[in-house]
Order: sequence, then structure tokens, then C-alpha cells
Amino acid sequence: MRIENHPVLDFKRGKQISFIFNGKAIDAFEGETIQAALHAAGVRVLGHSLTLHRPRGFYCAIGNCSSCMMVVDGVPNVRTCVTPVREGMVVELQEGKGIIE
Amino acid sequence: MITCELLVIGAGPAGLCSAITAAKSGASVVVLERSPDIGGQLIKQTHMFFGSKEQHASTRGVDIAEILREEIARYDIKLMLDTTALGIYEDGMVTALYKEEEYMKFKPGAIIVATGACERFLAFPNNDLPGVCGAGAVQTLMNVYGIMPAKDVVMLGAGNIGLIVSYQLMQAGVNVKCILDAAPKIGGYLVHASKVARMGVPIKTSHTVKRAIGEDHLTAVEIVALDDKFNQIPGTEEIIPADTLCVSVGLTPLCELLAMAGCKLSYIPQLGGMVPLKTGEYETSVPNIFVAGDTSGVEEASAAMVEGHIAGLCAAKRLGHIPEDFDAQYSSLNRQLMALRSGPAGEHIRQGLASACLNKEA
Repeated sequence: MRIENHPVLDFKRGKQISFIFNGKAIDAFEGETIQAALHAAGVRVLGHSLTLHRPRGFYCAIGNCSSCMMVVDGVPNVRTCVTPVREGMVVELQEGKGIIE
Repeated sequence: MITCELLVIGAGPAGLCSAITAAKSGASVVVLERSPDIGGQLIKQTHMFFGSKEQHASTRGVDIAEILREEIARYDIKLMLDTTALGIYEDGMVTALYKEEEYMKFKPGAIIVATGACERFLAFPNNDLPGVCGAGAVQTLMNVYGIMPAKDVVMLGAGNIGLIVSYQLMQAGVNVKCILDAAPKIGGYLVHASKVARMGVPIKTSHTVKRAIGEDHLTAVEIVALDDKFNQIPGTEEIIPADTLCVSVGLTPLCELLAMAGCKLSYIPQLGGMVPLKTGEYETSVPNIFVAGDTSGVEEASAAMVEGHIAGLCAAKRLGHIPEDFDAQYSSLNRQLMALRSGPAGEHIRQGLASACLNKEA
């Protein structure tokens, strides 16, 4: 969900685009991060931890904590909270460490 | 390799102000910033700042970022965005990474480290559950990207950030269930606390989180009352349904680069943890490495801006660019800091800074 009316801020969103999350098309706006677009679409779980396979979500949203790492276009360990979303991007949950091809 | 006079690491309020003042004095400046945009955490601050005119009081943080952007453009300052400083080496070399693609080396005459701070965490069962996140994180989602961060929030921490973010959550249409603080007293300013209290949000002091509840995502928070020794009081537990628990338990300086460079650090709790020792000219124990802002002690953006100006002035002086009115500028900036840190609210900062003072002659 996106904020439409805000008492202080006026959000200027970029062009509407679409990307793929675990096989499903998700709408986003240019200028948003992957994590922000996923959050707007109601996605909270971004991956699972290495040993105990516990769900992982975003924590800091500024690229400090590595809790939001996902597989983006086949590349694991991408910090989705600071990576801009792009048209046609393929984003997947990250299971554990991820495999570098 | 890029040679430059002054390299500023971090384009938040401290870094930008240090770049502006150093450039004004005549230094040529390169600024490294890991994010795609400048402003640091200013870009998510929708509240109006305190302080005085010099620190843009009564202006919102987002607007201060724009003012600084215009000022930066007027001087000999090269901004390098999406560029993360990776290390400062013994020979004074700085390495950086552009967009996780290209490595770069810099050889500056002097460095100002203005890397800011990061949010602290708290230990409790299930604290890794999605839905448990930093107060600054929801602020980024809602104020930078315009995304509804949550439906129902429990805020942990009644310091200024916890209080301000609670208010901003309500502005965005989020329901703030309650604000908890382990301390027996509200840590933030009364003016912020009154604002949220007037909107009907209970502020529960001497309370903390016992555990986060949920399978895949947070669904509720169990809270508990604390006695005067911070022990949980059995029987006082209460379960509050919520999809988000915001953790706002303070910040800690990001001074890894300084540690790597060999700058003397000291654990000073009043300043947020490990901080560099510094001289009155904001130089660390390693010559030509200066610091400004939260990196050398967690405070507010207003103080970070003034510190930035001082560090910029002094680093430029070290590089041989000494403005005629150096003394006047230096003492005026220090007076501004004294005013910002005056009164009981600034007491811990004053104590902390006294312990962080580096006397080079000693």
C-alpha cells in the first residue's frame, strides 16, 4: 500500500514499471528500492536464514544490516533496501547464503 | 588513483557542511557517498528542527537537505554518489567501491570522516522476525518512498526518535498502539512526548518487550513491566496485537574506518559507544584525519552541521587554506555548539565530549 495523502509530503513517483518476484508480476515505480516496492505489495518475508531457516525481513532500510538480502537477476546477497527496482527485474527469496553461479 | 586536497566520507549533514566550509576556504573537495543521493538521514526528517537560525531552525530536515544541495553546487566540490569508502590505509590511501562494480583509490591531503551512526538493537526472543525493524527504517519507507510501512505499531523507545517517528507514523495513517521505554522517565523532549500523548498514544515507561510473537511475520508483541532494577515483573505481561515493532533504542557511531586507520578510540557511553578521540580542531590521533557529526558522538543533525563546518574550516587550514577571519568563524561556530548543548538536555553530551578530548601535546 502506498501513501496517497500526506499532511507534509508530496510524493513524486517515477514511471510505473513491473518486476517479477518469485514468478509473480509486481507493480512498482521507478525510483523505489526493490524492498520498498515489495513492502508496498505486502511482501514481508525476503528470505530465510542460513542455519535455522528462520524468515528474514528488512530491518534498517539504509543498507547497514544485510537482513534484506535477496537474489536479484540470479545474483545472491543483493541488499534490496538500497537497490533500485528496474523494469523486468527477477527477484527471488534468498535461502541461506545463496549460490554464486 | 585520484589525488585530491580534501576527501570527505559521507554526504549527510556533517559531511556536506564540512565540504561547503572547506571549499569556501579555498580547498578542492571530493565527497564520497554510498547512497544514490545526498542528505544522509535528513531526507526522511519531516519535523522542524530546533536550534537557531544558523542551523536552519524551524525548517524541516528534508528541506535542509535541499538547501545544502544548492550550496554544494556553488563550490569546487565533486560529489561521488553510489560510492562506498572501504578502507583507509597506513599510507593515507583510501579505497572505495562504485556501485559494486568498480574499485577506486584516492590519495587525499586530508580526510574528514563523517559516516554517521547506525541504529542499535535489543535482545529479546524472536527479535529477528520480519516486522521487527528499526524506527529509522519505517521512516525511510513512509517519508522517502511514500509507502505505508505498517498497520499497527508498537514503538520501543521513548527517546526523541521514538517519539518523532510515532508522530510521523500517525501522520501517514498508521495506528501507534503504545510507546515503551525501559527507563522510568521519558528520554525525549517533552514537546515531542506531549504531541503523541495528546493524540492518545500511551507512553509506558518502565516497560519493555518480553518477546515478539508470530510465525512468518510479527502478529503481536508481549510487553512486560520492569521494576526499578530493570527486572521483569511477573504477572504484568500483556499481549498487544501489532504487525510492526519499531526498535528505537539509540544509535551507535559508525567509526570502523577510523579504527582501521589507527585512530585512538574510546568507549564513551554518553556519546553512543566507541568514538574517536579528537582535538579542538576535530583532528583524530592520526594526523590529517578529521571527524564530524555522529561518527564522533551521537547527537542531533543541528550539532552535526556545526561540527561539519568546524571540521571543514580546520581541515582546510591544515591544507594551507586559512581564511582571514578564521578565528572569528571558529569561535562563532563553537558558540553555536555551546548553545545547542546547553541546559540539562545537553549534559550527557558535554560530559562525553570532555572524555573524548585529545590533547596532542600530552
